Amino acid sequence: MTEPTNVAARELIAFRIGEQEFCVDIMSVREIRGWTPATPLPRAPGYMKGVINLRGAVLPIIDLGARFGLRTSEPSERHVIMVAHVGGRMVGLLVDAVSDIIQLTDEALQPTPDVASEQVKSFVKGLFALDGRLISLIELDRIIPEATEAEAA
Amino acid sequence: MSDAVDPFEAIKVVFFQECDELLGDLETGLLAIEQGSADNETVNAVFRAVHSVKGGAGAFGLDALVRFAHVFETLLDEIRSERKPCDDVTVKTLLRASDVLADHIAAARGQGAPVDEARSAGLVAELEALTHGEAVAAAAAEVEPAFTPVAATPIEDEDDFGFRPVAFNLADLGASAEPGAPAADAWRIVFHPHGRMYVNANETALLLRELSHLGEMTVELDASAVPDLDALDAEESYLSWTIDLTTDAGEAAIRDVFDFVETDCDLSIRPASAASEVAEETRAPADDFDIAALLARAQAEVAVAPQPAPEPAAPILPTTQSETAKIPDAQPQTPPIAQPMPQTPQTPSAPAAPAAVTIRVDLDRVDRLINVVGELVIQQAMLAQRVIESGLARSSGISVGLEDLELLTREIQDSVMAIRAQPVKSVFQRMPRLVREVGEMTGKRVRLVTAGEDTEVDKTVVERLAEPITHMLRNAIDHGLEGPEDRAAAGKPIEGTVRLAALHRSGRIVIEISDDGRGINRERVKGIAVSRGLIAEDAVLSDDEIDNLIFLPGFSTAETITDVSGRGVGMDVVRRSIQALGGRISISSTPGKGSTFTLSLPLTLAVLDGMVVTGADQTLVAPLTAIVESLTPRLQDIHYVGGHDPVIRFRDEFVPLIDVALGMGFREAPIAAGTGVAVVIETEAGQRAALLFDAIQGQRQVVIKSLETNYQQVGGVAAATILGDGRVALILDVDAIVASSRRRFVRHEATRSELKIAS
Repeated sequence: MTEPTNVAARELIAFRIGEQEFCVDIMSVREIRGWTPATPLPRAPGYMKGVINLRGAVLPIIDLGARFGLRTSEPSERHVIMVAHVGGRMVGLLVDAVSDIIQLTDEALQPTPDVASEQVKSFVKGLFALDGRLISLIELDRIIPEATEAEAA
Repeated sequence: MSDAVDPFEAIKVVFFQECDELLGDLETGLLAIEQGSADNETVNAVFRAVHSVKGGAGAFGLDALVRFAHVFETLLDEIRSERKPCDDVTVKTLLRASDVLADHIAAARGQGAPVDEARSAGLVAELEALTHGEAVAAAAAEVEPAFTPVAATPIEDEDDFGFRPVAFNLADLGASAEPGAPAADAWRIVFHPHGRMYVNANETALLLRELSHLGEMTVELDASAVPDLDALDAEESYLSWTIDLTTDAGEAAIRDVFDFVETDCDLSIRPASAASEVAEETRAPADDFDIAALLARAQAEVAVAPQPAPEPAAPILPTTQSETAKIPDAQPQTPPIAQPMPQTPQTPSAPAAPAAVTIRVDLDRVDRLINVVGELVIQQAMLAQRVIESGLARSSGISVGLEDLELLTREIQDSVMAIRAQPVKSVFQRMPRLVREVGEMTGKRVRLVTAGEDTEVDKTVVERLAEPITHMLRNAIDHGLEGPEDRAAAGKPIEGTVRLAALHRSGRIVIEISDDGRGINRERVKGIAVSRGLIAEDAVLSDDEIDNLIFLPGFSTAETITDVSGRGVGMDVVRRSIQALGGRISISSTPGKGSTFTLSLPLTLAVLDGMVVTGADQTLVAPLTAIVESLTPRLQDIHYVGGHDPVIRFRDEFVPLIDVALGMGFREAPIAAGTGVAVVIETEAGQRAALLFDAIQGQRQVVIKSLETNYQQVGGVAAATILGDGRVALILDVDAIVASSRRRFVRHEATRSELKIAS
C-alpha cells in the first residue's frame, strides 16, 4: 500500500489569521469548533483568552494571532477554535477561519527567509507556496507558554 | 506499583497487597475472638490468614517473615484443633504477634523500620511457650532461653507437646523452617516420588541436580521396589533415592528444592546423624547405628545452635532437638514421629466462607470513567436546558426521553462514584494496634470501641483520614483519659473507653472520636492560651470557645512532652489537614465525663460545596468551608490603612478587604466603596479576610476540574468547575488570594520608599 512517492507527503490544515495563512500538521488537530465565550484567567498573558468547557475538560484558549504578535480582534462567532494536541495537553487555538486541507511533501517546504520577525520565526518551521499563496508551517510545540514564562507574566 | 516491569516484582506487589488484606482479616478475627464472638470459622480464618502470609513469604524467600509466621501459625493451629484453649492471655499475645507480623511484612516490603528483633524474638518465645502449654507466664521474659530445657526435657513431655505423628503432608506444605533448627552440615534426604509427581511434569533428575548445587552429595538409588515387568505399571513410580548431602544451607534451602513436589512424594529430610535412627522406616540401610556416637554428635550440633530454641514446635517435622531428646532412652523402637503415612489433619486450605467476588482495577481507569460520567452529566443538563429554551412541549417525545436520560445519567453517576467509595474500615482497622501501643506507652488501660466501619467514603478521603484519626486517638488516650489511679478515684472503671465512630450525615461523613476521660480542663486551657499570648488576659470566652482554643497553632497542653502526642504540633495540625480535605472539626467536652471530637468531611474530593459569586461579570466559586459569614459592607465600616489599603470592621476586628476581581485583573478600577457583598473567609492558617464581590448567586455543589491537566497552575485559583450553563468558572484559592494581597501590600510599601529615594 505504501507508495514510495508518498512517504514524505503530509496532510496539513491551513487556516487564516487576518490576511495571513498558516498551516499545522493535521494529526495534531483533534477537532474544529466554533467560538464560545471563554472564562478569562487572572494575570494571564494577553494571548491567553481563557478557558472553555470542552465536554467536561477545561481547555485553555490561545489567541494564535496574538501569540504571533499579529493584530488581534475581539473574537466573534465567526472565529474558530482548533483543538490541538500539543505535548500531551489539549489546547484550543483561536484563528479567524480554517481554509483548507492540503497535501504537501517535505520537498515543497522552504526555509523561513530572514525578513520575518524573530517572534514569527520562532514558531514558523518553514513556508509553502501553493497556487500563489504563501502558507507558513507552524511548530505547535512552542505555542504553549513555558510555565515559568507565565508565572513571570 | 510503579516499576511493575519485572514480573517477579509485580507478583510481589500483589502479594503485599494481599498481605494487607490478610492482616486486616487477622486483626478482625482476633478482635472477634477477644470479644468472645468467635466461632470455629473465625479461628480458621485467622489461621488461614497467617498461613497464607507464610506461604507467600516462602515463595519470595522472605525468611524472617516465614519464621515468625510459622511460629504464629503453629500456635493458631493448636487453638484451631482445640488442643489449646484460647484464653485471654493467649489472645493478647496473638494480637501482639499480629502487630509484629505486620512489622515483618512492612520490613520485607522495604517500608518502615526493620523489625525490632528483641520484640520479635520475645514474641516467638511467648508463642512457643503457649504452643507447648507450659510456663505461659514466665515465657514472656524468656527472650534468650538457654538450651537446657531441651536437653532436660524428658521423653514423657512428648505428649504434652501435642506431638502428632505427622511428618509431612498436604497441610504442612511449606511448614519448613523450624526456627530453632541447627545448621547441621550433613543431611540425609530420603525421597520417594509418587507417580503423580511425574504426571505433574516434575523430574527427579532435575531435583537432584538442583540439590547438588547446595553442596556435596552422594545419591543412592533404591530400586528394590520395582516389580517384575509383568506387574509393572508404566506410570507408577517405584524408585526412591537416599541422598547424603553436605551443605551449610540449612534445612529450609533443601526443602525449597522440593517445594513444588512436596505433595507428590514421600520426603524426609533430617540431619544425617539423626536420620539413621529412623532408617528402618525410611528404607535406608541402618547398619552403622551407634547410639553413643550419635548422641555425642547430635548434642554437639545442638550446642552450637545459633538460635534460641526453647522447645520443638508441635506439628512440624521432627527435628534435631526432638530427636536428641529421645536419644538418651535410645529406643529406636518405631518412634511415632517418623511414620511415613501421615494422618490427614484438617487442611488449612479448606474452602473459605464464600467471599465477595472482587476485581482489582487500576485507579486511573476508574478516574477516567468518573471524569467521562461527569462530562455526561453536564452535557445532559445543558441539553435539557436547550430543549426547554427551544420551547418544545413538556409532553413531547424529546422531553420525555430527556427525562429518562436524566434519571439514567444520575444513576450512572452514583454507581460510578460508588466504585471509588470505600468503607472506612481500612483506616479503622489500623487503630486497635495504635490504641494498644499508646495504652502500653502511657500505662493506661484502654478499650477501643468502633462503630460504623462500613460507612463508605471516597478513596482519597479514606486515605487521608488515617493521619488525623491517629493523632486524635493518641490525644484522646494521652490527654483525655486519666491514669488508672485517677480513674479509680473518680469512680470510673479502670479501663478507659475510646470510641471511634463513622456515620453519614446530610451528604457528609462524620467521624466522632470520644473518650470517657476527664474532659477539657478549661481553666488550664485558658491559662495556657493567655500565657502563650494566644488570647488577651481579660478575654471573656464561652466554654465552647475555650474548648476550641486547643485548635490554635502552637497550643499543646501536655505538661511534659511525651512520645505519644508530639511536641507542640497539636490539634492545629489536625485541623489543618481536615480543612485541606474540605472538612470541619469541632469539639464538645464535659468536665469529668470526657470529650468528643467531631470531624465532618465531604464524601468525595471530586465535588465541592461552593458559594457562587460574581465579580466584574465573572462567575467565581468560593469554597464554602472557608467562609465564615457574608455581609453587605457599609461605608462607615470601611477604613483605609495608610490611605489606600481598605480594611473592614468585622465583629470588633479589622480584617483586610480584598477586591478579588481587581486583584485578578478582571477590572481596572476598584468597585465603588459601600457596594457589593463582602464574604468573610478564614484561611487554613486561621487568618481572616473579607473578599469583596459584586453579588452572591448562591450555594452550589460543583464538580472540581483540574486546570493543570491542559494548562498550568494559576495563582489565586484552586481549580475550575463547569456550571450548569456549560461555562467554566474558577474556584478561588482563598489562602493564595489573602497571601498575594499581603504581598502586594508589601510591594506597595516598597515602591513608595523607592519613590522617595528617587525623588
